[in-house]
Amino acid sequence: MSGEVIGSNRRLDSNRVISYRSREEGLSSANVKISARNLNFFYGKSQALFDVSLDIRERMVMALIGPSGCGKSTFIRSLNRMNDIIAGTRVEGEVLIDGHNIYAPGMNVVNLRRKVGMVFQKSNPFPKSIFENVAYGLRINRLANRRDELAAMVEQALRDAALWSEVKDRLKSSALSLSGGQQQRLCIARALAIRPEIILMDEPASALDPLATAKIEELIVELKSQYTIVIVTHNMQQAARVSDSTAFFLLGKLIEVNSTEKMFTAPGEKLTEDYITGRFG
Amino acid sequence: MIQHRHLDDELNSLRDRVLLLGGEAESALERAMYALMERDSEVAREVLAHDDAVDRIEIEIDRQCIEVIALRQPAARDLRFVIAVVKMAPVLERIADHACNIARAAIDLNNEPELKQNIKLRQMADHASSMLRAALDAFTSNDAAAAREVIARDMEINDLYNQTFHDLIEMMVSEPSTATRDARMLFVAKHIERIGDYVTDICELTVYMAEAAIIKHSN
Repeated sequence: MSGEVIGSNRRLDSNRVISYRSREEGLSSANVKISARNLNFFYGKSQALFDVSLDIRERMVMALIGPSGCGKSTFIRSLNRMNDIIAGTRVEGEVLIDGHNIYAPGMNVVNLRRKVGMVFQKSNPFPKSIFENVAYGLRINRLANRRDELAAMVEQALRDAALWSEVKDRLKSSALSLSGGQQQRLCIARALAIRPEIILMDEPASALDPLATAKIEELIVELKSQYTIVIVTHNMQQAARVSDSTAFFLLGKLIEVNSTEKMFTAPGEKLTEDYITGRFG
Repeated sequence: MIQHRHLDDELNSLRDRVLLLGGEAESALERAMYALMERDSEVAREVLAHDDAVDRIEIEIDRQCIEVIALRQPAARDLRFVIAVVKMAPVLERIADHACNIARAAIDLNNEPELKQNIKLRQMADHASSMLRAALDAFTSNDAAAAREVIARDMEINDLYNQTFHDLIEMMVSEPSTATRDARMLFVAKHIERIGDYVTDICELTVYMAEAAIIKHSN
């Protein structure tokens, strides 16, 4: 029979075997969504990023790794201009999203942040009901015209964040009554509700237990079919599990960017290898 | 200053175990060939009796590799080292198995009248032993260039095997009464030739370990 390899006591779907693609193969065919070009960032006189140029591909997961203070959080926050709210900061260079420089004069930052959602290390639900947490962004952005439409969009966002089955019977309960992992997924649902194209995650699972972490990681892998995801993580196994490509930062410089497969089996730079094998002095 | 890693202690211990297994395989081959050439069945039986100890080393290496992967999650060169070792250990164990097959052939042949010496078997075995030693040296020093040199030497064993094959076929034709013994010798030659192939596998793994390059099946 076509498409089946018949062995002595089992049948294999040869199409499934042949259609398997490594994460690296998928990476090479994806378009560039975000492109940082010669990005320098300053907190007052202190320079935090040095000439960083990095392409992030559409509907792929890019992990940013590096020791504390290496600039990875500064970099991820520069992708939706979250650093703008810190006094005394300065940016040089460009960040292009779909080819448009987000630091160009006249850029609408509110629209930018609608397009580029963010999830933080510490879950930060509003002190409102579960429903209202997700509905909030939809209301202020006037994305739902009717009550039933709003309810449907909230449900979809909660489903996309793999939280619906756990909260559908208590949507009016306070978001603060949820567990840490559920709160984090609620924040992801809140970010997804307004239909961003890019999701930035700054250590989204670092405060969660292993089961809640596993759920977030599964969610990240599910979400990449619809969103471009950039994640900062200190957990190298997490970077290996969820990302398609990985960038290693050290002292504000981008040392290496590579497919995650290469990064964890045969990195190109000795500094990268020393970091991921724990040989750092 | 590079800080001490406990993982290094475990990887060094794995390396030592691979060298121990390699040494056992090398010794088994040399002793089996001695048993064959010197018609010493006692030595052949010692080779067979010692095989369980060799198997145990392989199992220990397997167990230790699983432990390192599960508990240490090695990456990059550490990962390549562990992967190389986990694939190398059964290859070394199989070399020892081939040596046992040679020892069994020696016991059978030693019960029969002596055949005209086939000098190329000795040459083949010496060559295989020397390749194995060089392969283990290349593994120890993480030297891909040295491993590639050993791979190139497998051609010489193949040539010696082809000559031996023709010589033994000629002997069977010219003196059919010795055909059974000639056939046993042919199997011995084949075992040595296979050992050369296994040494090549070991060297390919060393190249992977050192350079992250997969060179098997490349020719």
